[in-house]
Amino acid sequence: MSLLEIKDLHAKVEGNEILKGLNLTVNAGEVHAIMGPNGSGKSTLASVIAGNDNFEVTSGDILYNGNSILDLEPEERAREGVFLAFQYPLEIPGVSNANFMKQAVNEIREHRKLDNLSAGEFLKLMKERAAFVELDKSFLSRAVNEGFSGGEKKRNEIFQMAMLEPKLCIMDETDSGLDIDALRIVSNGVNKLRNKDNAFVVITHYQRLLNYIIPDFVHVLSGGKIIKSGGKELAHELEEKGYDWLKDVQN
Amino acid sequence: MSDEMELLEEVTSNEYKYGFVTNIEQEFAPKGLSEDIVRFISAKKKEPQFMLEWRLRAYRYWLTMKEPHSWAKLNYPPIDYQDQYYYAAPVQKVKPKSLSEVDPELLDTFKKLGISVEEQKRLTGVESNIAVDVVIDSVSVGTTFRETLSELGIIFCSMSDAIESYPELVEKYIGSVVPYTDNYFAALNSAVFSDGSFCYIPKGVRCPMELSTYFRINAAMTGQFERTLIIADEDSYVSYLEGCTAPMRDENQLHGAVVEIIAHKNAEVKYSTVQNWYPGNKEGKGGVYNFVTKRALCEGDYSKVSWTQVETGSAITWKYPSCVLKGDNSIGEFYSVAVTNNFQQADTGSKMMHIGKNTRSKIISKGISAGQSNNSYRGLVKINKKATNSRNFSQCDSLLIGNKCGAHTFPYIEVDNSTGIVEHEATTSKVSEDILFYCRQRGMSEDNAVALIINGFAKEVMDQMPMEFAIEARKLLEISLEGSVG
Ligand SMILES: Nc1ncnc2c1ncn2[C@@H]1O[C@H](COP(=O)(O)OP(=O)(O)OP(=O)(O)O)[C@@H](O)[C@H]1O
Ligand SMILES: [Mg+2]
Repeated sequence: MSLLEIKDLHAKVEGNEILKGLNLTVNAGEVHAIMGPNGSGKSTLASVIAGNDNFEVTSGDILYNGNSILDLEPEERAREGVFLAFQYPLEIPGVSNANFMKQAVNEIREHRKLDNLSAGEFLKLMKERAAFVELDKSFLSRAVNEGFSGGEKKRNEIFQMAMLEPKLCIMDETDSGLDIDALRIVSNGVNKLRNKDNAFVVITHYQRLLNYIIPDFVHVLSGGKIIKSGGKELAHELEEKGYDWLKDVQN
Repeated sequence: MSDEMELLEEVTSNEYKYGFVTNIEQEFAPKGLSEDIVRFISAKKKEPQFMLEWRLRAYRYWLTMKEPHSWAKLNYPPIDYQDQYYYAAPVQKVKPKSLSEVDPELLDTFKKLGISVEEQKRLTGVESNIAVDVVIDSVSVGTTFRETLSELGIIFCSMSDAIESYPELVEKYIGSVVPYTDNYFAALNSAVFSDGSFCYIPKGVRCPMELSTYFRINAAMTGQFERTLIIADEDSYVSYLEGCTAPMRDENQLHGAVVEIIAHKNAEVKYSTVQNWYPGNKEGKGGVYNFVTKRALCEGDYSKVSWTQVETGSAITWKYPSCVLKGDNSIGEFYSVAVTNNFQQADTGSKMMHIGKNTRSKIISKGISAGQSNNSYRGLVKINKKATNSRNFSQCDSLLIGNKCGAHTFPYIEVDNSTGIVEHEATTSKVSEDILFYCRQRGMSEDNAVALIINGFAKEVMDQMPMEFAIEARKLLEISLEGSVG
């Protein structure tokens, strides 16, 4: 059974159909890269998997561990192990990163029938996971993403991912905004989190990231569909040629 | 780190959880308001002549006044002052010497009030860092630790007891900060108040425990008009807590309290309130009309008064805890979180009157509006001619949940001395769908996400609350906003 199976998915926002028959299968242990032109529907796909109700699924299905998750609330999907690293992380004034994570970790642990972590255990976990992405401790007591630089926000997303230990990790352009060192650091963090039980869907515009996080598959999303899939060499080809040459394939 | 999850588990429903009626015998004055009723109340309480005369003067003055209906941003039908009971006392056959002699129904009430296990322990004397006075329908039913306190010379008792035992103190100070001529509801309160708390801290004494009063409106159609008077003599310190609840009722209940604080030279008073009167149901039916006058006089040099309030209840709140900074170098502070949900209306804020030199004041106001409610901050900072080198800093933040509620800020500033500095900052933010989705994507339920966000928003004020109260207050914030989105 696949971790994620998307079947002929159609979704619209504000009356416009954005996803138009998308198919994608992701197995545990795999890394999939999704590339494609601006506005082609990559973030929409991520939002729909995560359950954002601004988007309406009009037909098709999303199976997670074999079960449809279309009727699940976003928090239920999250607790089941779906994680989205946002392209544009939100700022939450007044709420410290630490408190934010504590709430999230506890609710997820409760769902998984685990006891709450003690304050000490929690703090230890936080420090350990912050080290994964070399996020300075001072960020833990600051308000979530408030006043963070673009790159710091992205790094914080991966820190959160490390804290919550999801099964399906969707990273929406985590690399944009990261400087060269940060890109390496964050990628290393992601690689440390990889194991045979989880999978990564990495949305990116740049092949560069895929030198660090080496994908098993690369897909091109265009016009609301996956129009081409291949191995990691496809990313090189795209970098070289752009997307125009694929237009013929599409039709 | 506090364990917020644990708190949330305790919170199971978003309905007002203090909504029960206690079946204790009650003694009523006849319905309505007249000189006879005023005399009746005074006689019931065996008051000295000066008290009766003061009440009558207040009553006669009240008759000449008009209800302030126009200036506050509040909407409510006219109140029929004749359709209320002004006196309802739980019947106590003999005055209890200790809480074990108090009506068990009443003790049960404390339990249901969520006067927490901790508080229960304190009430029964197991733990001893908070002294509690409980006022139900305006009559004080028990003050714990009076003896411990009296060894230090601290007086903490009901207003009735104070009138009986310390008439000279009462006569000297009552109405000295809030005269009955001050406003409509203060006049009404002065005429008919039936009880409240009284507190006197003598020179040089730091009160070793929190003093705390719980107010509860119990009987139907009763107005509760309690009166609190706190006097901190030179070099003294006291922290005072006030909690409020009322049962659910369809009709509106009237509450018009007066709190007066006097801080002498070098004295400090911290006054914290968690106001949780019944707010009315989701359709806006019922609920308490809360018209309160709270004012502190920083009489002596270097005196300091801080008001901290968490306001979650009442259908209508009309309340402006104020400081008159008369002594040189005196300090006034106001920290407030006011929550309105459904059809609640709140018009609250603070007044800081700078009279002495080098006086400082700070106003931190956090308004949270949800549902179709209206939340207004109304504040006045006045720096008098003689108040050289005085400063105020005001920060008013509003948080909106949903699209149907309103937040309004009315800061009034009058500076009559060129050395005065007044700073005002204001922000408005919204708990957006996007932020909520972000939280939910991290596994949080919508309600918990809202709780987290409002607690973050209100933190600066919550941090001012004494520990036990902060926990209760946080819980209240969460309950009152549960289910407010979506
Ligand atoms: N809330 C919304 N309201 C209206 N249109 C939207 C909304 N969200 C997305 N869209 C539209 O859907 C289309 C797909 O957007 P999406 O964000 O999925 O693109 P993307 O592939 O992630 O692009 P990029 O590479 O620029 O991030 C765009 O045309 C966008 O304008
Ligand atoms: Mg995108």
